[in-house]
Amino acid sequence: MRVIVCVKQIPDPEIASSLFKVDEAARKVIPVPGLPMVISPFDEQAVEAALRIKDKADADAVTITILTLGPESALTILKGALSMGADEGVHLCDAALEGADSYATAVALTHAIRKIGDHDLILTGRQAADWDAGVVGCGIAELLDIPAVTLAKDVQVDGPVVRVERVAGDGVEVVKAPLPAVVTVAHELGQPRKASLRETMRTAQKPVAVWSAADLGLAAGQVGEAGSRRTRERLYAPVSDIFCEFIEGETPQQQAAALAHRLHEDGLV
Amino acid sequence: MAAPSDILVVAEAADGALASHNYEVLGLARRLADGGGGAVAAVLFGEDANGLAPDLIAHGADSVHVADGGAFATYQAEAWLPDLAAIAKETSPVAILMGHTAMGADLSPRLAFRLETAVATGCVEAEISGGRLLLTRPCYGGNGREVTSFRTTPAIATVKVKSQEPATPDGGRRGDVVAVASVLDPGDIRVRIVGREAGTTGSTDLEQARVIVAGGRGLKSRDGFALAHELAEVLGGAVGASRLPCDFGWCPPSYQIGLSGRIVSPDLYLALGISGAPQHIAGCASARAIVSVNTDRAATIFGHSRFGVIGDCQEVVPALIAEIRKIKG
Ligand SMILES: Cc1cc2nc3c(=O)[nH]c(=O)nc-3n(C[C@H](O)[C@H](O)[C@H](O)COP(=O)(O)OP(=O)(O)OC[C@H]3O[C@@H](n4cnc5c(N)ncnc54)[C@H](O)[C@@H]3O)c2cc1C
Repeated sequence: MRVIVCVKQIPDPEIASSLFKVDEAARKVIPVPGLPMVISPFDEQAVEAALRIKDKADADAVTITILTLGPESALTILKGALSMGADEGVHLCDAALEGADSYATAVALTHAIRKIGDHDLILTGRQAADWDAGVVGCGIAELLDIPAVTLAKDVQVDGPVVRVERVAGDGVEVVKAPLPAVVTVAHELGQPRKASLRETMRTAQKPVAVWSAADLGLAAGQVGEAGSRRTRERLYAPVSDIFCEFIEGETPQQQAAALAHRLHEDGLV
Repeated sequence: MAAPSDILVVAEAADGALASHNYEVLGLARRLADGGGGAVAAVLFGEDANGLAPDLIAHGADSVHVADGGAFATYQAEAWLPDLAAIAKETSPVAILMGHTAMGADLSPRLAFRLETAVATGCVEAEISGGRLLLTRPCYGGNGREVTSFRTTPAIATVKVKSQEPATPDGGRRGDVVAVASVLDPGDIRVRIVGREAGTTGSTDLEQARVIVAGGRGLKSRDGFALAHELAEVLGGAVGASRLPCDFGWCPPSYQIGLSGRIVSPDLYLALGISGAPQHIAGCASARAIVSVNTDRAATIFGHSRFGVIGDCQEVVPALIAEIRKIKG
């Protein structure tokens, strides 16, 4: 069985807001100097979901293929997933593929998935933590005409069927879908494992294919910015214009009394 | 003939009523349609759903397509998509809008690919400018905003809950109710729902709460988190949390407020020991007043707060509980 996990390299999503800067003219985010790029957290959890499936099965019976579209630096997160225990990687690395919207990204990934060949399960994070769109997973499923299940907190493969517990509001919904299928993974799946020493040592031997748009049989007009269906007209960092009134007081009791008074005055309590 | 500002709204019913975000989406749809002399059509899926159509019309729909049947009783993407795609093709709206709810987030990307177009998720603003639809959506966890246009039609957008003025109902409005002749082939449903576990947390009314006390990592422990419950009790409010207390098991995961949690808009949002990461603010920014207690004067949360107390929750909150008891008598 083959599980393909689609992962994306992004700037650290938990940086202090004050470090977030955009180049409005270029409509791009300015990388913070010296700050490493990371694997999008939900994608890392998708890798974890794949590894849990492999842990349960006969290890040789499951091949985990990590698929990423990104610049040369994205190789780092691909290797990171291999050192968690994935088996092989495919890196879509081509300047023509850059600047893609969710649609053009899904097209490129779908072509890569077809080129990889046999596959049973495709996993992604619920959304990439840079653009926060949450579109590519379901898009791949539509392009491949296979079922998609979103927001998984538990993924089990049982013969030709995937059983997913999905986050549904306050509770959980359990669904089953025939394979092949796409499943997007939510934060509720839990902590991903760390890289293991054994897997890290083996990483150098694990195969990583590097493909261009041409390798995927895609023309320049079908990929990247040119192949997109949306245009980014503007990108900016919004500013909060709320003025905070700090409540003074010598002691916590005084502060609490002053706050309660102000809340009462403003009709909030 | 479709007008260049015709809008299609995908409505969402829950427990036999329309969820309140429907009125917000209809409010936006009406504003966009009116700007270009277009009409608003709504699509409603459900079992015995006809009774909800007048409410959609009162809130601004000119017509309602009702897909009624057992197959539509609970939301399921594969059951809804064939009819939804058929209605979209037949009515060729300039945009399709729905709430950015669990349903909207799950449905809209699939619909976009089926209609060979694109989707912008979690939008907070929309306008038609120079004949083009421009949608604004938060990105980078809320640190950034992008304005996007579409090269394909219809433009599909999910609208962030609580981001729009709801439509004011007008019981005198008239509209057509059209029964959908379903094209669904039950054989096309591949995903089967085999079970459902309802939540046990009882925090389902966070979205409706007028007062929310939210605890963060600064409450330090499960025992510390109990302070949030105590304060909520004296205020008659609900309890929420940032992501970390959920991760640590101090409270159930369904308490999480934020980008990947719930979106709330109480009058008063008390943030105890929460730093104010953009992903958290994404869930509470539409509160009328945020009030925060934090030991760190430089905490981002203060930039979003009407009142701030620089102090230790373990000291300030018990004192605040006592003071509020005094006021409430
Ligand atoms: C893709 C993505 C999605 C996310 N989605 C969400 C989401 O939906 N919701 C969410 O909340 N987060 C979300 N996060 C996580 C978010 O980025 C932050 O990590 C999280 O909100 C921080 O929680 P916190 O404020 O409780 O903890 P911290 O950031 O650790 O802040 C703790 C605060 O408590 C203060 N403090 C410490 N001790 C005390 C004391 N004794 N008294 C008073 N104050 C004290 C500190 O000064 C600090 O400001 C997401 C992250 C990513 C990457």
